[in-house]
Amino acid sequence: MKLFFHLGRYFILIKRVFSKPEKLSVYLKQIVHEIDNIGIGSLPIISIISFFMGGVITIQAAFGFTSPIIPLYALGFTTRESMLLEFSPTIVCLILAGKIGSNIASEIGSMRITEQIDALEIMGINSAGYLILPKILAAIFILPFLIAISMFLGIFGGYVMGIATGACNSYEFIFGIQAFFEPWKLYYSFTKVITFAFLITSISSYFGYYTQGGALEVGKSSTSAVVYSSILILVFNFIITQLFFT
Amino acid sequence: MIEIKNISKTFGDRLVVDDVSFAFEQGKTNLIIGESGSGKTTIMKMMVGLHEINGGEILYDGKNFPILPVKDKQEVRKQIGMLFQGGALFDSQTLEENIRFPLDMFTSMSEEEKRDRVNFCLDKVQLTNRNNLYPGELSGGMKKRAALARAISNNPKYLFCDEPNSGLDPKTSIVIDNLIQSLTHEFNITTIVITHDMNSVVEIGENVLYIYKGKPWWKGNGKDILHTTNPELLDFVFASGFMKEVFQAVNKK
Ligand SMILES: Nc1ncnc2c1ncn2[C@@H]1O[C@H](COP(=O)(O)OP(=O)(O)OP(=O)(O)O)[C@@H](O)[C@H]1O
Ligand SMILES: [Mg+2]
Repeated sequence: MKLFFHLGRYFILIKRVFSKPEKLSVYLKQIVHEIDNIGIGSLPIISIISFFMGGVITIQAAFGFTSPIIPLYALGFTTRESMLLEFSPTIVCLILAGKIGSNIASEIGSMRITEQIDALEIMGINSAGYLILPKILAAIFILPFLIAISMFLGIFGGYVMGIATGACNSYEFIFGIQAFFEPWKLYYSFTKVITFAFLITSISSYFGYYTQGGALEVGKSSTSAVVYSSILILVFNFIITQLFFT
Repeated sequence: MIEIKNISKTFGDRLVVDDVSFAFEQGKTNLIIGESGSGKTTIMKMMVGLHEINGGEILYDGKNFPILPVKDKQEVRKQIGMLFQGGALFDSQTLEENIRFPLDMFTSMSEEEKRDRVNFCLDKVQLTNRNNLYPGELSGGMKKRAALARAISNNPKYLFCDEPNSGLDPKTSIVIDNLIQSLTHEFNITTIVITHDMNSVVEIGENVLYIYKGKPWWKGNGKDILHTTNPELLDFVFASGFMKEVFQAVNKK
C-alpha cells in the first residue's frame, strides 16, 4: 500500500516539475549552476574510480586468459566491452546515485524543514519546478559526458596497467579495443545513462521534497534517496538490457 | 483587505484553531497576539495557503482564496510578502540575491533598478552594505531583518510578518515596528503581524486580534488593550510585574 502511495505522489510531483516555468532566464541560470555542481563536482571521483577499475579489469582478465588459443587482443576487447556496456553506464551511475542523490535529497530536504520551500510557494513560484527541473535537465545533459570520460579513462587505465604489468603489449591492446566494435552498443549504454540520470535526480528530489520534521529526517531522506535510486537503477538496467538484447 | 470567516484547523484530532473570524483592514497594521502555542502561526499559514483549512473562508478582497484554481492562487501570491518566524532565507544565496529573487522572478526591472531596490530594502532594515553576506553569516536578529527586506522587496499588497521583532533589542525592535507601520500606511498595504511584544501592540496595533487556545478571545485597538477587563487578556498583557507597575504608576499621575 505504501508503495502505491509513494508512486502516486512521485508522479504528481513529476507532473508539477514539468509544468511551464515562470521565467526561463532564471531557470537557465539554475541549470548552468547545477551542471557545474553535478557534473564538474563529480569528475574527480569518477576519473579516479574509472582509471583504476579499468586497470584491474585488464589485470584480472589477463590472469584468466592463460590458454594459448585465446588471442592476445582479447584483453583490449574485454576491457572495452566491460567498460562500455556495464561498468561506466551502470556501476558509475550507482556511485553517482550515492554522491549526487544524497546531495540533492539533503539540499532539498533542509530547504523543506527550514521553510525555504514554503517561502518559494508563498511568492507564487512553483517550488517543485524551480528546484527540481534544473537538476533533472542538468543531469540528463552532463551525465553522458561524464560517462564518456569514464569509458575513456577506464580503457586508458587498462592500457596503462596492462602494459605496466606486462600483461600485453601496446599494439595488441589497441587492436583489441578496436576489434568487433558495434555502434548499437553505445546507444544501449547511453540510453541507460540518460534513464539513470533521470531516476537519480527525480527520486532523490522526491525524497528531499517530502521531508518532514528536522535534521534527523533530512538524514533519513538522504539515505532513502540513495537506496531507492540504486534499486531502480538496477531494475531499469535489467529492463533496458532485455529490450536491447532480445 | 483580507477577511477570514469561521476558519478552523485540526492536526490529527487536536483542534488548534477554533472558529476564528476577523477582518484585516487595508492600510492598517493588524496584529495577531497570543501566548506561545495558541495557534497564531497556524492561522497565518492557513491564510496564505500553506495549511489547508478545515472549514471557513479566507477572502482576499472578496476572492475566496482556498478554492481558487492554482493559477489564480499564484497570482494572489505574487502580491504577498511574508516574513517567516524562522526567517526562511535561501541559504545558498547572498542577501542581495535573496532580496532580488522576487524581482528576478516577476518583474522586468533592469539590473540597475534591481540593485537600487535591493539597496533601498537593505537600508530600510538597517543592513546597508551587507549585500554579499550569506544567511549563515548573520546573527538571528539580522536574519529576521533580512527576511523582512525580502518580504517587502517586490512591493507586496499583502504583508505577513510572523514575529518580526522577536530576537531584536528594544531599539531595533521599534525601528522595525515603525518601518512596518510606515510602509503599511505609505503603500496602503494589508499588513498582518504576529507578535508577543506588548510594546509593539500598543505602538502599532491598529487592529488587534487576541487568540487564546485557538479561539478568538478579544478584538480591538492596541491602545484599548491596557484598559481591558478580559481576565485572560489581562493575564497576557500584564504577564510581567514590570508592565503592571509601569501601568499603575502612569495611571496614578
Ligand atoms: N505541522 C503541525 N503538525 C502538528 N501540530 C502542529 C503543526 N504546526 C503547529 N502545530 C501545533 O499547533 C499549535 C499551535 O502552533 P502555532 O505554531 O500556531 O503556535 P504559535 O501561536 O505560532 O506559537 P509561537 O508564539 O510559539 O510561535 C501548537 O500546539 C503546535 O504543536
Ligand atoms: Mg508562531
